[in-house]
Amino acid sequence: MAAATDAAAPAAENYLNCSHGWRSWLFTLDHKRIGVMYLVSILAAFLLGGVLALLIRTELIAPGRTIMGADDYNKVFTLHGAIMIFLFIIPGIPAALGNFVLPLQLGAKDVALPRLNLASYHLYLVGALVCVASILLGAVDTGWTFYTPYSTTASGSVAMITLGVFILGFSSVFTGLNFIVTVHKMRPAGMGWFDMPLLLWSLYATAIIQVLATPILGITVLLLFLERVMGVGIFDPALGGDPVLFQHFFWFYSHPAVYIMILPAMGVISELISVFSRKHIFGYRAIAYSSVAIAVFSFLVWGHHMFTSGQSPLMNVIFSALTFSVSIPSAVKVFNWLATMYKGSIRFDTPMVYAMMFLFLFGIGGLTGLFLGALSTDIHLHDTYFVVAHFHYVMMGGTVIAFLGGLHYWWPKMFGRMYSEKWGRFAAIIIGVGFNVTFFTQFVLGSQGMPRRYYDYVDRFRDYHLISTLGSYLMGVGFVIVAVYLLHSLYRGRPAPRNPWGGASLEWETDTPPIHHNFERTPAVHDPYDFSGLTWDAEIRGYVRRGGEVTTR
Amino acid sequence: MSLLLSSPLATVFGFLRPFLAQATEDSFWMPVGAASGAQGVDRLFYLIFWISVVFFVLIVGLMSFFAVRYRRRRADERAPDSASHNTALEITWTIVPVIIVVVIFVLGFRGFLDMVNPPSDAYEVLVTGQKWKWFFTYPNGYVDEDLHVPLDRPVRLVMTSEDVIHSLYVPAFRLKKDVVPGRYAKAWFRATAAGEYELFCAEYCGTSHSDMIARVIVEPQAEFDAWLEASSNFLETLSPAEAGERLYSVRGCKQCHRVDGQDDIGPTFKGLFGRERVLQEGGTVTADENYLRESILDPQARVVAGYDPVMPTYQGRLSDREITALIEFLKTLAD
Repeated sequence: MAAATDAAAPAAENYLNCSHGWRSWLFTLDHKRIGVMYLVSILAAFLLGGVLALLIRTELIAPGRTIMGADDYNKVFTLHGAIMIFLFIIPGIPAALGNFVLPLQLGAKDVALPRLNLASYHLYLVGALVCVASILLGAVDTGWTFYTPYSTTASGSVAMITLGVFILGFSSVFTGLNFIVTVHKMRPAGMGWFDMPLLLWSLYATAIIQVLATPILGITVLLLFLERVMGVGIFDPALGGDPVLFQHFFWFYSHPAVYIMILPAMGVISELISVFSRKHIFGYRAIAYSSVAIAVFSFLVWGHHMFTSGQSPLMNVIFSALTFSVSIPSAVKVFNWLATMYKGSIRFDTPMVYAMMFLFLFGIGGLTGLFLGALSTDIHLHDTYFVVAHFHYVMMGGTVIAFLGGLHYWWPKMFGRMYSEKWGRFAAIIIGVGFNVTFFTQFVLGSQGMPRRYYDYVDRFRDYHLISTLGSYLMGVGFVIVAVYLLHSLYRGRPAPRNPWGGASLEWETDTPPIHHNFERTPAVHDPYDFSGLTWDAEIRGYVRRGGEVTTR
Repeated sequence: MSLLLSSPLATVFGFLRPFLAQATEDSFWMPVGAASGAQGVDRLFYLIFWISVVFFVLIVGLMSFFAVRYRRRRADERAPDSASHNTALEITWTIVPVIIVVVIFVLGFRGFLDMVNPPSDAYEVLVTGQKWKWFFTYPNGYVDEDLHVPLDRPVRLVMTSEDVIHSLYVPAFRLKKDVVPGRYAKAWFRATAAGEYELFCAEYCGTSHSDMIARVIVEPQAEFDAWLEASSNFLETLSPAEAGERLYSVRGCKQCHRVDGQDDIGPTFKGLFGRERVLQEGGTVTADENYLRESILDPQARVVAGYDPVMPTYQGRLSDREITALIEFLKTLAD
């Protein structure tokens, strides 16, 4: 582990160039390559979903028809939701970044079940292709929630897209299962549960939800499939079914799924705040336990999506009370992150800019959840743009921003190149400003009474929609800049040092990019938040372990 | 519970009064409030709003302060040693939010109880949702496309849907309730200010979801009674064709059948009467009185080629006299 190797260009042989040809990628068992393939796939999905989002905002820039008819608009918002949720954000952090980082942080050669990992990716590909094919065969207009009886009577290939979602569900279960086994069985000697980086705690908590909740989604879409294709009466009252039952089933998965989306983001933020503050994470155990608490509570709050649905008032009251319980562990994490920055030594590289933006946006997203958890205010706000703004602040302001932070943080490790720091920060700020202009406006729209999923609107909402649309264009520009400088860095970027940020977890101990088997020899385990052993080396513009070798615990 | 909470809450509200907008007028966040429940909802909304502002300023303020105060000036600078946990602090910042959310929960719960329990003397209106139109049936059997209600009197809505799930939403009343097929949903309110308000469909229901808008017209009891009386007699007071035109716009025909010669979800009514029509299953039919009557009562029996069989039946929903009036109206549109 001599510092000299750090100065060199990317290691002569690494996981990217150790074998060639498309088969060496598509059938690889290497978690890093699978992670990179996931990354490329979800970014393609993000691009598609993003273009659809801009189409939505453009249609809404003024009342009446702007660029498309009502039926096309309904298809576009449905696909935007379905693609962003099922193809981008659920696999986003765990399957793309997690796949790459999790074994490295454990000092392991791979995940415990590499073939299952590949199967997960193949299922993702098949599921994604089925979903895209369904769009070509007749796009659905049901909303990503597929509420019955609309979805059992609507035109469009509902059966096919739900089949795609069914397959994607298995992909998600496989990844979750793999991570659970890996964290249990592959921790190196000396790394107890409370010695793991917090990202692993959050990925573990996520994996539990993936394994336990996703089968419900599978069963639900299967029942929907049965009803639609074979006319079995389950949800459609015309066939003797109960449409509200579908909502229970759907949210029994989809609410925990919200935490599949946000928990890994919280794990990433724990890493970023600590590393860039160069200070031990504050309240390690509280953050770790809060991840598990969120995973447990997430199963008990689905009914808060249904306060106006006609479920019994008693259930509304119980679900409202349980819903507030989820806010506590989230708040605890935020306070811990702030306390980590206190008396730190903070540097503002692009990942940290995203981490601080996460605190800002997730703060708003979390606090606006209070309005929706309280029964009487939720009745007014339910199914309005207030909800749209709230979940975009959590899902996009939270998860996507954390994903971008994580992507910028591990990018040098993944590809061995540094991107332009100047453009990185600039784009982050553009995205942040554009995001707030787009979605803060929507809080006001919603509390003023604008229902969601509306193709057209009454005149008093005009100005808000115009502002929101202009904000979305600004955000679009920000994402284009990110795409340009990241792609540019692959070809022209400065070769990355082994440890550009001063991270103390094990992924920074190996070559950049890592070799095929990750580590030349099993690295010594140490506290992932103890930065005292790391020294800045101006020559390589990275951090090195003082004295070369670290002390074993 | 109300005894237990009323006095501390009164204190809290008293303290916050200067910050709280009056529900009866527009504020930045809330539209005009015009029903009994609006004030309570707005109070809680603004209470949560100010709690959120305090926490947000705290979080972002501390973050910004730490970012400036503890910024790394040289790349090799280190953070001084400091505590990596503090049990007392951590318990405090867990307990304080717990107390706050319990208060918010209880307030939301109490407001909700008022929403679900209508007074026993409420005036009842039946509501039917159908893609993409609302129908309001008054106790005397009269059906209107808008919701007229008397001022300052509790009104109870008993609602169901003919097809998919809709949701009745009146922002000015802070009132929303899903309208589910195959069951009856109930909601109530007491309008407190005369005027005209928007009524939206808030549950996505397809193509014209965003056009499924009705008006709520609140007027004093005497004016309401006069309106209901005059409107209910339209079959007596208007000619059959005029009555038919009114039924056309009020009872949902307008949503799919245009009168300007353009085909929509259903064929246009312009020039329809007396015309030869080609049927889906082959053959032709003349659109005379008997065919039109059959199409209203049993729409799927003989569908014209080129259209989906999506029209709901009006069996039991239109009287013979009303059907006759509609046919007379169609005759006036013949070429």
